[in-house]
Amino acid sequence: MSNSGSLCAEMAAALVSGKLKCVDLTNTLSPDFPVIVLPAEFGQCAPFRVETVSRYDDNGPAWYWNNISMNEHTGTHFDAPAHWVTGRDLPSNTVDAVPVSDFVAPAVVVDISAEAAADADFVLTRAFLEDWETRNGKIPPRHWVALRTDWYKRVGTPDYLNLKKDGAHSPGPDAGAMEFLVHERDCIGLAVETVGTDAGQGSHFNPPMPAHSILHGNGRYGLQCLTNLDKLPTFGAMIVAAPLKIQGGSASPLRVFALYDAE
Amino acid sequence: MTRRPAAYDGVAVCCPVTVPYVRYSPETAHWWAGAALSALGERTGLGPADIDGFCFASFSSGPDSVVGMIQHLGLCPRWMDHIPTGGASGVMALRRAARAVQSGDADLVVCLAADTNQVDSFRQTLAGFSRFSQDAMYPYGFGGPNATFALITDNFMRTYGVGRESFGKLCVAQRANALSNPHALMKRPLSLDQYMSSRAISDPVHLLDCVMPCAGAEAFIVTTEEKAASLGLAAASIKATIERHNAFPEDPIQVRGGWVRDVDTLWEAAGCSPEDMDTIQFYDDYPVIVAMQMEDLGFCRKGEVAGFIDRHDFTISGSLPLNTNGGQLSAGQAGAAGGFQNVTEALRQVLGCPLGDQVPDARRALVSGFGLVNYDRGVCTGAAVLEGAT
Amino acid sequence: MSNPLSPPKRKDPLTPSRLGHVPPRLRSRAAKAMAVRAGQGRFVLQVCEGCSEATYPPRDRCPHCWGELRWADQPQTAVLLAETVVRATTDNFFREHLPWRIGTVQLDAGPTAVAHLHGDVAIGDQVRMRLVLDRGGNPALFALPLKETPHMQDDPQLRVFTSAPKHRRILVTDGRTRLGQDVAQALLAAGAGTVFLGNSDPLLRHDGEEWIASTPNIDMVPLDLTDSRSVSELAGTLGGRVDIIVNTAGYVRPGGVSSGSRLATLQTAMDINAFGLLRLAQSFGPALGARSDDGVNSAAAFVDINSIYAMTGNAGFAGFAASAAARLSLVAGLRGEMASVGIRVASVLCGPIDDAWHQAVPPPKVATSRVAQAVVQVLQDGLEQVCVGDVAEDLAARWQQDPFLTIREENL
Repeated sequence: MSNSGSLCAEMAAALVSGKLKCVDLTNTLSPDFPVIVLPAEFGQCAPFRVETVSRYDDNGPAWYWNNISMNEHTGTHFDAPAHWVTGRDLPSNTVDAVPVSDFVAPAVVVDISAEAAADADFVLTRAFLEDWETRNGKIPPRHWVALRTDWYKRVGTPDYLNLKKDGAHSPGPDAGAMEFLVHERDCIGLAVETVGTDAGQGSHFNPPMPAHSILHGNGRYGLQCLTNLDKLPTFGAMIVAAPLKIQGGSASPLRVFALYDAE
Repeated sequence: MTRRPAAYDGVAVCCPVTVPYVRYSPETAHWWAGAALSALGERTGLGPADIDGFCFASFSSGPDSVVGMIQHLGLCPRWMDHIPTGGASGVMALRRAARAVQSGDADLVVCLAADTNQVDSFRQTLAGFSRFSQDAMYPYGFGGPNATFALITDNFMRTYGVGRESFGKLCVAQRANALSNPHALMKRPLSLDQYMSSRAISDPVHLLDCVMPCAGAEAFIVTTEEKAASLGLAAASIKATIERHNAFPEDPIQVRGGWVRDVDTLWEAAGCSPEDMDTIQFYDDYPVIVAMQMEDLGFCRKGEVAGFIDRHDFTISGSLPLNTNGGQLSAGQAGAAGGFQNVTEALRQVLGCPLGDQVPDARRALVSGFGLVNYDRGVCTGAAVLEGAT
Repeated sequence: MSNPLSPPKRKDPLTPSRLGHVPPRLRSRAAKAMAVRAGQGRFVLQVCEGCSEATYPPRDRCPHCWGELRWADQPQTAVLLAETVVRATTDNFFREHLPWRIGTVQLDAGPTAVAHLHGDVAIGDQVRMRLVLDRGGNPALFALPLKETPHMQDDPQLRVFTSAPKHRRILVTDGRTRLGQDVAQALLAAGAGTVFLGNSDPLLRHDGEEWIASTPNIDMVPLDLTDSRSVSELAGTLGGRVDIIVNTAGYVRPGGVSSGSRLATLQTAMDINAFGLLRLAQSFGPALGARSDDGVNSAAAFVDINSIYAMTGNAGFAGFAASAAARLSLVAGLRGEMASVGIRVASVLCGPIDDAWHQAVPPPKVATSRVAQAVVQVLQDGLEQVCVGDVAEDLAARWQQDPFLTIREENL
């Protein structure tokens, strides 16, 4: 019996007909994809590594498979609230406990690519966002706020991490912007192309690392190392981002993609 | 004071057998040993049950020693021995067998040396030859015995003023002797010019200073005079023997062999002197060792061998017939059988049945053995005086 | 004098490479004990505990009084008594190196011995003996001129026993560090043809970039020892063109066993120090072994710079010392494997290096330039193991006397 009237059926039809487009927002997980670099005295984020167990050889004549290893925060990844000290006591704060309904959520794309190109240390402020809303409309609740910086185009160059003697230089929000997005716009999380949700110099902000601190302190999520945010419409895209169900995990590498209307 | 050894009264040495040598053989040492026994059997009518003593030498019978060999060849001896001394093994087998027969431990001892030479045998024999060689000689260019004797020759020539011409004279004479021996591997005459111009192998050792490894077997019988007579075998007697091992380790390089220690005992027991020898069968892995034996066995004084060689003719018809079958230098070196062929050739000459030309009126022969370059020199030496019936 | 070594010509692509044979390897246990000391650059013979006579070749009992033998350093002088030039051999290694000159020497220590000869020594000469290791890792006596002669190191027979850097192409695995750069500089000064300097993260700046860029004959190459693919890709690119590998990579972090350390830190240490070496060996070993007798710039050596605490453990750096021990053990295994194909495997063992990770460790600390000099010495003398710096030398001396006491001392 056909269920042609259902939302799922409509969506299926749109997918089949091509009316609903699908775009990959994920960087390829490879050994040389950069990971965040912390000061040397701290523990470091393990890069992605792969060791072949067998490849149609004496270790397994008919099959090919690899052991892989990485940090939870390697490559394109999803940060759960427990990642930050501010979210440590929240319920359902680890990736295995995050409600599955949050893995599919709409997105609003805030384009700061011009500002970021002009200033790698561009700081997203409440004032900028209010101005943006005046021009584009209000940010709806329970949306991913996706910061389009075109930073993903720097992957494979030193300019991606952009690590100078005084630390990393990449755009990100200040505390005012984060308070605004979390408390006044009820965002589901912040989705970025840079290696972290915070600016490269975020540790010098007041409070330090405002995106991590405020997002996770309020049960919101982070999505980092995304690509192709420039392909999405400002409104109307749906992001699918389902982390691995790692018991007690602070984050997880994952495949992220978005659906949006072709027109 | 060395006690004078007892005489070899009543001991008969007879029936020299040579299985003709070949350069390379696909057969085993066991096959060659069997071939020698078969030849002995044909000559004497003896079968396995008639042999109650067996003395064996080989480099290529591994993993079998004399034990493996007697079971392999169906012998049931009441006395046996294994002689691992290569070039000294013939003289040593002779002395041991003689005493066994004399004491009644055995009635008839077959002394036998057999070695095969497969294509890679020589390299393999070298590679596993001795611990000192492995540790301290072969890793130095792996020239094998050529390199070891090159160092001995270099020093000998330098110390005693001996030229290559002297060694050449010995080699040329031995080749002349070989031409009458149908089994000799070298069949063409050799001139001193050819000797002098042969290519260097390990200076100052040149190609014609070196023996050619081959496969072959040698055997003879040691028994009582009565038994030899009953078998109708012509027999020689042993006048005297000596052996000595690892003599003069203090010499930085070998310039003399163990014979020097016992040469007086040898001639005293033999009751004769070097001048009384009708032929000499010296171990000849390299001509320098032949020269050394001439000095050390009393034919001339140390350092005077060049003049001695100059004064003598070493061909069969010469003043001092040397290695009348051609020796190893011209007949080939069949491994441990190379340490037996001097005994069998001496026997043949004094028994009047040589492979090639007969030394006129040969009655007494001196046989000398020299063996086992364990490291930087030959360790084992021996000598025996054989006398045929008048 | 020796003819100065010319840089190798490019290979004729139609000529097959000479296989990496090694000299005969079957040796006694005593000869192996001699090899260990040869690898440390010592000149030793066995001396009798009873009659004090020195003996050679290696024995298991004294030939003079049957007393017990022990290894002891000996005077290195000798006189050359006799010589020969070997022009024919059945051995595959020496066949490729004929003619080969050897001689008999009278050692001032007592015994005579057969030795390899330098081209500049002649009969009757006083010579200086060295105990070297041959391509198969076995001990060999080598007679050198008493005094340095021109281009002495370039003697073709001597060069068979060394891994001299001259004209060779050398991979130094971590060029991001001062140590790697100092090693590169010392190798170039010793005549290396090219130094390939590994860079684990070409996207991340590091100190010394300007020096590297402005120095001729250094190529920076991508190499991350924690990434199997990176190592095998570089081996694919450079495998047939690297003659020597010097593994300068290392990861040092303080920490105890029960406290003060993290497993994740130890994992990284293992990944770089132990598994990194394994990846290098697996990716580059076969290509090195195939070229161990390939002319002037034949493949020659694998040198690993490691911590002396590999031998004992180390309070305060327990995890690091464990990774160093694993590394040392892997090097021992690699040495055995590479000996059969003619590649020397050496360890340069250091005390604490004067770097950021040893700030809390009191002096003396070993300077990276000193370690670099040791690497050059190991290659030029064909050694297997050297200790660099006061701390390493002291620990090695104590360890030799009483290994278990030294382990206790280093972990209290």
